[in-house]
Amino acid sequence: MPDKLAISNLNAWYDRHQVLKEINLNIVPNEILAVIGPAHSGKSTLLRIINRLTESCPGLRWQGSVWLDGQNINRLPPTELRRRIGLIFATPVPLPGTIFDNVAYGPRLRGHPRKRLLTDTVERCLRAASLWEEVKDRLHTSALRLSGGQQQRLCIARTLAVDPELILMDEPCSGLDPISTAQIENTLRELKSRYTFILVTNNTKQAARVSDRVAFFLSGELIELGPVSQIFTAPKDPRTDDYLAGRIG
Amino acid sequence: MSPAQTPAKPVVLVPPSTWQTIVWVLLGLMTLGTVAILFFIIGYIAMRGLPVITPEFLFSLPRHMGKEGGILSPIIASWTLTLLALLIATPVGVGSAVYLTEYTRESAITKIIRFGADALAGVPSIIFGLFGFILFVIKLRMGWSILAGGLTLALMVLPTIIRTSEEAIRTVPLVLREVSLSLGATRWQTVTRVVLPNALPGILTGIILGMGRSIAETACVIFTAGSSLLLPRSLLDPARSMAVHFYILAREGLSLERAYGTAVVLVVSILVINALAYTIMFRFMRHRR
Repeated sequence: MPDKLAISNLNAWYDRHQVLKEINLNIVPNEILAVIGPAHSGKSTLLRIINRLTESCPGLRWQGSVWLDGQNINRLPPTELRRRIGLIFATPVPLPGTIFDNVAYGPRLRGHPRKRLLTDTVERCLRAASLWEEVKDRLHTSALRLSGGQQQRLCIARTLAVDPELILMDEPCSGLDPISTAQIENTLRELKSRYTFILVTNNTKQAARVSDRVAFFLSGELIELGPVSQIFTAPKDPRTDDYLAGRIG
Repeated sequence: MSPAQTPAKPVVLVPPSTWQTIVWVLLGLMTLGTVAILFFIIGYIAMRGLPVITPEFLFSLPRHMGKEGGILSPIIASWTLTLLALLIATPVGVGSAVYLTEYTRESAITKIIRFGADALAGVPSIIFGLFGFILFVIKLRMGWSILAGGLTLALMVLPTIIRTSEEAIRTVPLVLREVSLSLGATRWQTVTRVVLPNALPGILTGIILGMGRSIAETACVIFTAGSSLLLPRSLLDPARSMAVHFYILAREGLSLERAYGTAVVLVVSILVINALAYTIMFRFMRHRR
């Protein structure tokens, strides 16, 4: 199967400090690729480069190429690229406004969809993010009143409403309790048949639970990439073993 | 003898709890003083001015240089001048602020622009008045007119609107912009749908400040809009604002009572606009919380 996303010879620097070193990585359709590694190993920078959301990182420079369905992402207009590649942030950030407005934000950017169509989209996406049952009676109340876990699922629904092909997640459960985390992981499993995910996580157990393949990053280098069962049972690189055993990071 | 062996004994002249009381009383007195002076001024103006205020005073034109009759034309002049100034200054000011914060990177040029705006905000209004007189009244041949006055007032309040809008826009968290961009929004969509709505309270504060300065302005207006007591029929007619009317009535000793009556209407106008602006803002924000 052709790669959904291919990264070749990617290098990135913050001023003089190199944060990603010669990364080569591919993501196949409908898989969940977990990216694990200690803090400051370049995981979040990688996601920002893929989504070209690098303006808020002053001093960041990068070289190499990233291909989405065989197209160089630098050739795509940023707005189209970001419609095709969604990004879920570590802390859930609802836009000020109602639950409905949040999910409808993406569709509304592309003109004025018919009200009926918009309502259907909002319901479909909230259902897909397993949030519908909890909020169906208060769609028009503020999104800021939801709990942290609900807010993160709202952010997932909001991203789904844009209809992306690939979804990047930057430690989406880092601030959440175990129950909310489990809900989000279930959502991920259900969505896998339709989307492709890159899941950056600090939680190696989470990687083991939901991912198909795992990439282990350390100090900007891709140390090891392999199927989840192999990485967790028979890592080839001793550093992977050390990290998973809690000896580094 | 090393310092470690002789721990410095704290010298307590006044125990902390006494300090606490002293500070409490002092701060309380300061607040009370400020509020008292404020109420004294408003009370004094109201006492002198309220007896003059009748429907006739509000709704008829001045007669005999303002000694008799009402202040209908100054009321209309003040409101049109202020409205015109804000209609010009708000889009330009907010636009500049958006440009400075969202469309440029911090550089020497933005620093110079910002410094220029700050310097302009501190320029005395009479200088703006003279400038407006030379540019609009003489050079551009507008004559003493509401248009020239409104344009000059707009220039005067522009720096305030730019700087307060800029500060307000800066307080909108970066991550909200990133969320919007990550959903495929363009920069402009992000500005109009996320940045400006969230900066609105701050921007509105700047506009209200500018409005207060415009409606209360005397020096700037007398040079550019003139002091005609006739009812203006177009933007090219001269007019006398309430502040100018107050100044002339009091200074020429025409009628101190009517001067204070004008002051009451002026103060009430400012209060009404403030209340209105905050009500609108509150209604808007309620849907977003």
